[in-house]
Amino acid sequence: MVKIHERKFVSADPEKCVGCQVCEYACSMTKDKAFNPLKSRIRVVRINQLVNLAVTCRLCENPPCVAACPRDALTQSEETGVINVDKDKCNGCGWCIEACDYGAIMLHPENKIVYVCDMCKDKGEPQCVKWCPEEALEVTTSDVLAQKARITAVKKLFQEAMKEKK
Amino acid sequence: MLHGYSSRVLHIDLATGETHVEPLNEDYAKKYIGGIGLGMRMWLDHSKAGVEPLSPENPLILATGPISGTMWPTGGNGHAFVAKSPQSYGVGEAKAHGSFGTELKRAGYDVVILKGKAERPVYIWIDDESAQLLDASHLWGKSPGETEDAIREELGDYYIRVAAIGMAGEKLARTACIINDKTRAAGRTGLGAVMGSKNLKAIAVRGTRDITVAKMEEFLEFVKEFHERMKGPAAQKYRALGTVENVLVHNSLSCMPTRNYNNSRFEGAEKVSGENLNENYVAKIIGCSSCAMRCEHMCVVAEGPYKNTMTRMEYETLWALGPYCGVDRLDAIIKGMELSNYYGIDAISAGVIVGFAMDCYERGILTREELDGIDARFGNAEAMVQLVDKIGKREGIGNILAEGVKVAGEKIGKGAENLGQHIKGVEVTGYDLRCLKTAALGFAVSFRGADHNRHGAYAFDVKGKVNRLVAEKGRGKMVKGMEDSYTVIDSLIVCKFSRGTYYKEFEDMAKLYTLVTGIEMTPDELRKAGERINNVGRLFNVREGLGRKDDTLPYKVMHVPIPDEGPSKGAMVTQAELDLLLDDYYEARGWTREGVPTVEKLKELGMDDLIHIVEGKEE
Repeated sequence: MVKIHERKFVSADPEKCVGCQVCEYACSMTKDKAFNPLKSRIRVVRINQLVNLAVTCRLCENPPCVAACPRDALTQSEETGVINVDKDKCNGCGWCIEACDYGAIMLHPENKIVYVCDMCKDKGEPQCVKWCPEEALEVTTSDVLAQKARITAVKKLFQEAMKEKK
Repeated sequence: MLHGYSSRVLHIDLATGETHVEPLNEDYAKKYIGGIGLGMRMWLDHSKAGVEPLSPENPLILATGPISGTMWPTGGNGHAFVAKSPQSYGVGEAKAHGSFGTELKRAGYDVVILKGKAERPVYIWIDDESAQLLDASHLWGKSPGETEDAIREELGDYYIRVAAIGMAGEKLARTACIINDKTRAAGRTGLGAVMGSKNLKAIAVRGTRDITVAKMEEFLEFVKEFHERMKGPAAQKYRALGTVENVLVHNSLSCMPTRNYNNSRFEGAEKVSGENLNENYVAKIIGCSSCAMRCEHMCVVAEGPYKNTMTRMEYETLWALGPYCGVDRLDAIIKGMELSNYYGIDAISAGVIVGFAMDCYERGILTREELDGIDARFGNAEAMVQLVDKIGKREGIGNILAEGVKVAGEKIGKGAENLGQHIKGVEVTGYDLRCLKTAALGFAVSFRGADHNRHGAYAFDVKGKVNRLVAEKGRGKMVKGMEDSYTVIDSLIVCKFSRGTYYKEFEDMAKLYTLVTGIEMTPDELRKAGERINNVGRLFNVREGLGRKDDTLPYKVMHVPIPDEGPSKGAMVTQAELDLLLDDYYEARGWTREGVPTVEKLKELGMDDLIHIVEGKEE
């Protein structure tokens, strides 16, 4: 049976993200009761003034971090897709960090075990999304992202066609 | 334990490389808050009267505020520099936002005091507990932005934050600034030259500590409320067109100094309007760390001779490089701005200097030959760009011009002394003071020279709350009120663009201070702290020999009436009007007729430890 993808993750809209780091503060405050980007599960990258994006776990369908862990400390929830870290098994070796293409799983500066976005499961919704002043962050699925990309592409084509008429 | 403050002051001796940490004086913290307030107070403790601004004995002070490092919108990210200014020989202070201040707070410092002079070019690497001097000879000559990239690369951490000087600071140009995060400048009063005089190229910081606040739950509620306020009308201007909206507003009121104050309105205003800039050049609006307003209008030139130029743009810099030079081409203005950031010069001063040079040229005071062959007519966009380039490099005529209009005017002579429009040696900003008389008072008494950011008194004039063409009693009290608020803003530090979101002004700011620090602060106590900080700025200047004679206005403001037809025609400020305004202001401040704080006033403000500065100076 074909099923639409239901795994929800946090994604930033590059058009809207301004690189303000409010998500980093919201995350570290929620998880560690302090303002400290080094403890945030979402990190902002500013390549230059025009290129800003907040990056966090994409809840991959076939997560390389889980595959890379030599101690079976990482598992993926079948229901939500969230990566669970077994604190007793993780020894902070960092293979998962190297395996992740997005830099979304990191070594906690104090606990010395890895940490990754858990969608704020105990809060009901990701707090970064709730706090983002630009509404640049959203909880989405890969299907919705694909739909949006298609709509944008068609609109662009349409726009080009209109211009040519003039 | 104090929250908000790190309670630590880092001392660095650039000559020896020695560093040590001392606890922050908690009494100072409450009295002077942080930022420029704490910076000016501590500068007085660590310097001797009459110190040469570009000598090793002039300490350069870097201060964060109690709000820095938190997620307070616009407030988490500020830092301030304080030293004796090589322009005014009085208070030098400048703030910048971005993400440098927040990093410094996480490294665990409220204040960094830099003394002495390194033997050769160095940069400071502050990595939490560790602070060391590293060789910067390979960075000498690089722009602040290139320096930032190079330091991140060599220290191997992309998230290191850097504040650096460019070539202008290295070459001790009095108009040099200090730039962090590529486009954020601690711009005014020439502190880049102070940094350069210490052979200090950059300050790089990494901080990993947690920042907490005293009352987290209530604080977060307050943050949420301000996020909402910032979506509303109080921040609308900054979110939409940005400060460049002022171009058409000021032009319609005939209060936009044009062609070095020869006019007060610009026929090319439509071409350089904020509307035009946003439609054709603004590629993205970005935000500083922790901001919920985002205001930074990043402009890109897509075609033509300045293709691929990219920079931030604000009204003041657009005005200075544009209308003030008679230039009506936005692509050239954007280029001039990018060059200013590249060389690390205050772009306001850069534009005002070019306007001055053009005026000298048109009046035959400077020849084309003396201007290195540049046809410096007003309106010649290429000439403006070329002159900014020369100023940045201190090359040819740029060597003199880089000193600022006061020093350059004196060196050039032949009447050029009167063509440089400055107050206390600091170049004017984009408000025609001839027809904005509340602003004129604010500018005249500003402790850091010509500046709109010490008082914002133009708002009374521009918004029609007073008759802007009249000098009358009562303006002193108005300017004082604004100044006391603005010094608190610059000490907390929060962004001036957010000032309108503090609906209850001191009440909101006092609540913020208490929630963060845990120190009880009433609105009246905070207002008093604002007053205290204005007094410490004044005492700084009094100690360094500035007084009533320096509380004056640019030559043209007092001698050349506005010639343009329209609402401001014929306006200027006479000496009698200025005297009336000064008397009124000093009275409102409780100072002597010479503008010196009285012993009584200092006692009232709990500043007994600084009374020695005014002793013998009272009437």
